[in-house]
Amino acid sequence: MSVSDAVRIAENLKGRIGEGTYSRRARAILEHRRIAFKQGHWIVVFTGFTEPVLYLFSFGYGVGKLVGKIQVGPNHWVTYAQFIAPALLATSAMNGAIYDSTWNVFFRLKWDGTYKAMLATSLGPLDVALGEIGWALIRGLIYATGFTAIVMPLGIIKGWYGLLAIPAAVIIAFGFASIGMLYTSYAKSFQQMDWVNIVMLPLFLFSGALYPLSIYPAWLRMIIEALPLWHGIQIVRELSLGIIHWSLLGHIAYFFVMIVTGLFFTTRRLRALFMR
Amino acid sequence: MSVKDASQGPLISAKGLRKEYGAFTAVDGIDFHVNKGESFGFLGPNGAGKSTTMRIIAATLTRTAGEITVLGKDPEKSGPEIRAHLGVVPQQDNLDNSLTVEDNLYVYGRYFGLSKKYIRTKIEELLTFAQLEEKRGVKVEALSGGMKRRLTIARALVSEPEILMLDEPTTGLDPQARHILWDRLFRLKEQGVTLLITTHYMDEAEQLCDRLIVMDKGKIMAEDSPAGLIKKYSTKEVLEVRFGSDRNAQYSDQLRAMCERIEVLPDRVLMYSDDCEELLHQVVLAGLAPTTSLVRRSSLEDVFLRLTGRTLVE
Repeated sequence: MSVSDAVRIAENLKGRIGEGTYSRRARAILEHRRIAFKQGHWIVVFTGFTEPVLYLFSFGYGVGKLVGKIQVGPNHWVTYAQFIAPALLATSAMNGAIYDSTWNVFFRLKWDGTYKAMLATSLGPLDVALGEIGWALIRGLIYATGFTAIVMPLGIIKGWYGLLAIPAAVIIAFGFASIGMLYTSYAKSFQQMDWVNIVMLPLFLFSGALYPLSIYPAWLRMIIEALPLWHGIQIVRELSLGIIHWSLLGHIAYFFVMIVTGLFFTTRRLRALFMR
Repeated sequence: MSVKDASQGPLISAKGLRKEYGAFTAVDGIDFHVNKGESFGFLGPNGAGKSTTMRIIAATLTRTAGEITVLGKDPEKSGPEIRAHLGVVPQQDNLDNSLTVEDNLYVYGRYFGLSKKYIRTKIEELLTFAQLEEKRGVKVEALSGGMKRRLTIARALVSEPEILMLDEPTTGLDPQARHILWDRLFRLKEQGVTLLITTHYMDEAEQLCDRLIVMDKGKIMAEDSPAGLIKKYSTKEVLEVRFGSDRNAQYSDQLRAMCERIEVLPDRVLMYSDDCEELLHQVVLAGLAPTTSLVRRSSLEDVFLRLTGRTLVE
């Protein structure tokens, strides 16, 4: 009896590290998402990058007129729009990633049986986690590119290093999407999912997106500095304002931990849900 | 074990297979084997352990104890390879409703890593098989229940599986849709695909299965062909009589004396005999005038009732 292509492909991975967990086909899930996206989800992406642009015009130019210049370093002053633009980019990367990795994932997990269908094939749980998170990342890239394309001609983000804001936004999206999917895969009810929205808005308002943390008392600053969005904002802000410092590595390390933790526990949870 | 070796012995064989969830035992140490090209059924009520057994075979559930090999391999050690051999049709359709019929087949093929070119050709064949050629560009949410089911089966065939696993394939479908589906499954069987079917419909089991096991509370109650089971555990015919709900039980002693065996159900009495026309005649002669009576052939429902004392669909 001849062996089917599907079997031959699966047997090629026999004995490799991570067989049963990762079949090296996360791209099949990306392809699925891309096809679904072409059939009508594009409007969400459009709103995803117009939102920070609206914030930028309202706060950057409106409130900015009242605020004047902001000091970001010794002898380094920037306009209010320049101060908040990177933070808005970081926040939109977070919002897009969380949106994709929470509500969308929750429906596929609980109602559509999408992951059950995927894991009945020769795919493994890490393929599913990486594919879904990878999609959130691609959307993060699209948001960031759109936003940067609008903001750069206005002179708000300057210089070649300003372009580094785009990969930075992708790292932020990756981190948040990993944690978002981790949370969602353990969530049981709608109520638990509502907590995501409850957490997101204050995270944006108080993480130093709209004003420097120096106005906070020391204890509050320490709390904010422990939260992920602050680190995200710092990465984009420092890169786009040309403040290159060792602390940048610390912020990136923070996201690296988020990514690894998110992927590890999401994979474990998917296995427990669908393969135990 | 190589593929060649596996094709000699049974495709699937289980020994002492057990699955416990905490204190609850879903599958209670069962033995069975499935041969190549066979259509094998798991018959039992909801909660009998049929789906659990199917998931263990499909390498999406681990067992608590016992042995199982699928194509000569252990599902817990060779999950992706075994799943590449299987086509899975779950109890609840899990198609992507936002995608078209065609795209559903395409993305599923990609999950197995199949090439675009291969899948594109395969899609044509599958659409014809599922009688969905005219629906290829239609989104799944617009399909009827029967069409969705056929698409789910077509999807499971995209990888050219040796074993097709169907969990309650026609539950919730109207009679016409069921017959279309059964016809499709017959064709697959003729092509040599091994079918594994769970069902709580006795007519489905009789129609589709060469051999089946009757399960209840995680245990195997009996194993044989549908005809063999009926022969072993029931009579040729059954007489169903109704006297009205309070009198069914009242007459039971008198009725029991007239035939091999009776079953008193809340709404009717089942009387087992090889000649039920004659039996009905006796019942009437004894002055017990039933309000309605029906003579029919024995079915797997009767086998189940005999084995467990309960009806299949409650």
